[in-house]
Amino acid sequence: MITIVDYGMGNLGSIFNMFKRVGVLSKITSELGDIKSAKKLLLPGVGSFDKAMQKINNSKIRDVLDYKVLNEQTPILGICLGMQLLTKSSEEGKEKGLGYIDAHTMKFSFENKNIKVPHMGWNMVLKSKNSLITNGFVNESRFYFVHSYYVKVQNEENSILKTNYGLEFDSAIQRDNIYGAQFHPEKSHKFGMKLFENFAKI
Amino acid sequence: MLQTRVIPCLLLKDDSLFKTVNFKNPSYIGDPINTARIFNELEVDELVLLDISATNNETKPNFDLLTNLANECFMPLAYGGGIRNFEDAKRIFQIGIEKIIINSASFTNPKLIRDLADYFGNQSIVASIDISKNFFGKYNVFSNSGKKIQNVDPVSWSKKLEDLGAGEILITAIHKEGTWKGFDLKLIKMISAAVSIPVIANGGASSIEDIGDVVKEGNASAVSLGSMVVYQKKGMGVLVNFPDIEKLKNKLKK
Repeated sequence: MITIVDYGMGNLGSIFNMFKRVGVLSKITSELGDIKSAKKLLLPGVGSFDKAMQKINNSKIRDVLDYKVLNEQTPILGICLGMQLLTKSSEEGKEKGLGYIDAHTMKFSFENKNIKVPHMGWNMVLKSKNSLITNGFVNESRFYFVHSYYVKVQNEENSILKTNYGLEFDSAIQRDNIYGAQFHPEKSHKFGMKLFENFAKI
Repeated sequence: MLQTRVIPCLLLKDDSLFKTVNFKNPSYIGDPINTARIFNELEVDELVLLDISATNNETKPNFDLLTNLANECFMPLAYGGGIRNFEDAKRIFQIGIEKIIINSASFTNPKLIRDLADYFGNQSIVASIDISKNFFGKYNVFSNSGKKIQNVDPVSWSKKLEDLGAGEILITAIHKEGTWKGFDLKLIKMISAAVSIPVIANGGASSIEDIGDVVKEGNASAVSLGSMVVYQKKGMGVLVNFPDIEKLKNKLKK
């Protein structure tokens, strides 16, 4: 059972349905009780960094999340903005991130105007380190991205996938039970299903 | 990975999918949700959905259906039809649809494209132009699902849409649409040469050959398929399908 944390931003239906498609039960919820008893957490994200952090901080979700992730070591997967929230800060806003992983979120900014921001479309990922959630990824694994900010880890140990878009960034990160993926697995058909399946098996 | 995007283009009328020929005679294809599920299984990289009745019926996009569809699509989705203002577009993005497609509103409210591109990024905004060739070989631009002629030149209108901030242009040849007679290579080539944003060729595809031709001769950056992905063959029954990826890859090799 995967607990999809709904902190009030965006539509989470396709995440729920992709878990269902790979035979995994999930629940979209904002109830503290559900989050407290979660076996696995999924932190989605649509919208802006500050707005998401404010929603998390201003609800009681923050304390529960901190306890689950840091004390109980419950596996958590942040996707897209949800991954950026796991970092310490973002150039998108002033709020501090959850800070579970020593990393920062930076803005894409290119001199070359041919490299458009947001980075939007399918792109390849390359393993920088083995991880349970990237088990069975083939060489041509690719995912659908939509983002204007990217994550850079402080400690290379925490980078598990890298992607090139004008520069090399960390497209998936991990520290112990904490996982993040910049792309949208729920919009990356068989490749996304593989990642969700892996996360469910951890 | 396919370097050239090949995108099924589905037509919505009321709550169901239809397929037209030259924008006329809609034939029933099926339920949009089931069709999207089949495209999930076919591992299609992108889908386009156009509501062909929303503008002319003066209705808003069918938000409930779009929500259900976005929930079922395990690939990015672009939607067009009946988007008249910023709020409608915003709601569509919130539903979880990745791109929006603007056609008729670009004539009545060109600033909408600029506002949307500024707010959501050029990449999320697709401008669509429907073009028909008349008996004298002249290209005319139409809006309102082919019902209203617009006094603009296809090339200069494409440039204008690019200037307004569209990230891609979907070119549909009305005289080819649903005919299985191949793309209008001349038209696609003319517009591809005029703009620097990606041009998606639509209308007329019947085979992998046609797809190769419009990419190589028409310089299309992406290809959209209608009849080919919803019918077994020309004149035959409904069958949701997608061309063989390996054959496509071979055809599209540089």
